[in-house]
Amino acid sequence: MSDLLAAEDVLLFVNAAVTATGQREFRDGAEEQRLSLGFLHEYVRVNYRPLYAAALALDINDHNAALIVEQLLRSSRDAGAEEVRREGRLIAARLARLAPQRVYRLFRALRAAGVNNRRTRAIMRDWLAARPDLAHDAVKYRSGLKAAARHAHAAFTGDGGETGDFLFAPRRRARYGQPVLEAFRRARHDQGALYELPFTVAEGFAARHGVDREVFLKRMTSRMTRLERLRTQPTATGLSVMPLTRLALYVLSLSFEARRERREELTGALRAAARRVAGPHAGSWGRVAAVLDDSWSSSGSAVKRRRPLAVALGCHFLLEALAAPGAYAAHWTSGARDPLLVRPWGATPLGARILDALDGSADRLVIVSDGWDNAPPGLAGEVLRVWRARLDPGHRIPVVHVNPVYDAAVFDVRRLAPTVPTAGIRDAEDLPALVEIARFAEGREGLPALRAYLDRRVELFLEADEGRPA
Amino acid sequence: MTRIDLSGLVVRPSQVWGGVRLVPLVRDEPVEGLRLRREVYARSWGPDTVDVGDGTAYTSYVPHGFVADWGGAPGAAYGTRLGDEPPVAVPVRRLARRRRGEPRLRFLPLHLAVEGYLALHFGGPSVLWDEWSGEAVRRGLSPRAEAAYAGWEVPGLAEALGVFEIHPGQCGMMLYVADALAAAFVVPHPDDYRLLHATLVEDLFGELVHQYAHYGAPVGDFAASLGDGAGVSSLADLRRAAVRAEREWAEAHDGLMARDLLETPYAFERVHTMGGFRLFRFLPPFLRSGQEQHIGELISDCRGRTAYLKTFRLSEKQIRRGHLLRRLADTDWHLGRTAEALGTSYAELVARITRAGFGALLDHHAVARRLRDSEEG
Repeated sequence: MSDLLAAEDVLLFVNAAVTATGQREFRDGAEEQRLSLGFLHEYVRVNYRPLYAAALALDINDHNAALIVEQLLRSSRDAGAEEVRREGRLIAARLARLAPQRVYRLFRALRAAGVNNRRTRAIMRDWLAARPDLAHDAVKYRSGLKAAARHAHAAFTGDGGETGDFLFAPRRRARYGQPVLEAFRRARHDQGALYELPFTVAEGFAARHGVDREVFLKRMTSRMTRLERLRTQPTATGLSVMPLTRLALYVLSLSFEARRERREELTGALRAAARRVAGPHAGSWGRVAAVLDDSWSSSGSAVKRRRPLAVALGCHFLLEALAAPGAYAAHWTSGARDPLLVRPWGATPLGARILDALDGSADRLVIVSDGWDNAPPGLAGEVLRVWRARLDPGHRIPVVHVNPVYDAAVFDVRRLAPTVPTAGIRDAEDLPALVEIARFAEGREGLPALRAYLDRRVELFLEADEGRPA
Repeated sequence: MTRIDLSGLVVRPSQVWGGVRLVPLVRDEPVEGLRLRREVYARSWGPDTVDVGDGTAYTSYVPHGFVADWGGAPGAAYGTRLGDEPPVAVPVRRLARRRRGEPRLRFLPLHLAVEGYLALHFGGPSVLWDEWSGEAVRRGLSPRAEAAYAGWEVPGLAEALGVFEIHPGQCGMMLYVADALAAAFVVPHPDDYRLLHATLVEDLFGELVHQYAHYGAPVGDFAASLGDGAGVSSLADLRRAAVRAEREWAEAHDGLMARDLLETPYAFERVHTMGGFRLFRFLPPFLRSGQEQHIGELISDCRGRTAYLKTFRLSEKQIRRGHLLRRLADTDWHLGRTAEALGTSYAELVARITRAGFGALLDHHAVARRLRDSEEG
């Protein structure tokens, strides 16, 4: 019994860690989300510490990864020596994959919390030592690096102390040997120098020098990151390299006319991205029916604009790629037929759409929804329950529900029915992995199986990390 | 016409947020020939004062007005204005105003209804019995005031309206707070509804609604239930059971939750005729039977179906006041006969009048004299 309970708790935490970002959602405010998530982290850390650390190896989002690292380091004294070693490897591997600005934010949080044990300092120093170009970080994440270096007592010896001087004694040197530091120094008075700086830093200087925005963007293009390019010049960016969910978000941000005009191009890009994700599994899922939620609540919030709908759209194209050719049927809750022209609108008659989906001859049913079934409330769960009991007692057709929205009140993503496994989803790309983990949520496999699964994932994660170039 | 006729409007499953339940009303087909839109009056913050011209100043706080358009202009939605006139921001601080020859009526939401209630026997005593003060005879009930809360002051209402998912074809809404009917709102066309949905938060709500929202617990969802699924042997059976579950809710709603609104006989007063449509305001019977009492305004088409409806729920105190005024008027404002009709004593009636806030209308010397007389007698 306690095993089942533990498995449930851990799955619940994984769902939360995949979806929740502590930001405002359609129904919850940011504060509610943060409180709820904070409690959940503490609860799982205290009760299932090894599993809590192992979550770092899963496809959880960066916000939660940083939170887990922070929680682990804050409570080092609760862990044994062997555990500390294992956690250390996981933390290092995860930090190596996080975006640097997130890591600097995490370091700042550790500093604010007064966490300065030897272990924390070592982890910070190791991470800083593995950064490819600290001088670049010194320019781009100036205050972050400064705070981290101060907190971890890190010394800058690599370049004759130039980076250290740049951060802590900027008046000591008249000029720098490192090109990026020198460019930063010159950019104060020389317009030409700002084009050698990272985009975000150059933006500030460009504003100060009054450089025309158009000219500036054009000349900076080669120095932008992919996301910066997408943000500043969406039309010039190659759609072919964008990840699936990001691409879906971009498509949904366009007006209906633009989507209609560029139909070929957009559909082609979405299909290509989906095929990339599906990889060797393409066409292997047989006949697939999907119920996709495009109700008003899929509009998300001001900070997560249309995120649930974008996940549904991404899943639509991914499932199309995974299903056998021509054997995929989509059922949008609004009754929309054209996936490219979906918009968040109307109520959520999930029950009726699930009936439609079951009516076809599918081998597998996937539901993408925030779980607020309201027309009428609870019908989806009832339909699935009675259908399972009366029409499909042999579990012939597996049903899985993926949910992109964390519900602060229930400390989990909202479920449709106890008999249907529900998994949180952040990016449509994770769908295949989530379908795998969702089988634990059916309650038929206990904690040992889950533990074995997590151990395997941790091993894969650490192996992949050691295989990475330093 | 004595009842509200909501034929053509179908109840869909409710959506719940905290203590607020919103029940969507859906039309299969929009009402032909009438559109409603919103007009935001350009003004500075604070109440608006308009000099009517005869020395009277009319002060009001007006969030927005409604424009009913029966000229058959297709698709007149928010901000659309026909003709080459400059945008009209006419200070329509009258009951409802129509420009000459224009198939359009401007009115302020709930203004007609509330004014109808405030003007109830506004003239004061019709017969000069000596217990009524000179002031009451000269000026009637003036000034007559009632308090109400704006929608955003009702806890949870704004969030509930924000997360509500509008149904396709939705033309109306019944708003429950702690499962007590707080307001009903119906418009002729789904597009109008989508634009006017957010204005519900700027409406007036009675003290009762505010209190219920403040102290009421979250209400439960009416979750669909298919029982144990006995007799389901195919998907078609399952679909039939699902449809049945939905119909059960609609019947339960009309018969149980909205009964008092739909079955009370109202006193309708016609205010305007516009083409084939008629604008009414209505008052409840002011019965003290514990039933809900709503005031409101309504536009009906030539067949009596409701094209526009907006109601305001009276609180117990307001019902009591209306009841008292009605009874006084029924007996020509004679205190002794009213007391008899109410089955109470003279002293108790005087106390009730004072408690209802009408104490200033009484001449207290005359009342005291009458009381002394009756005691001695």
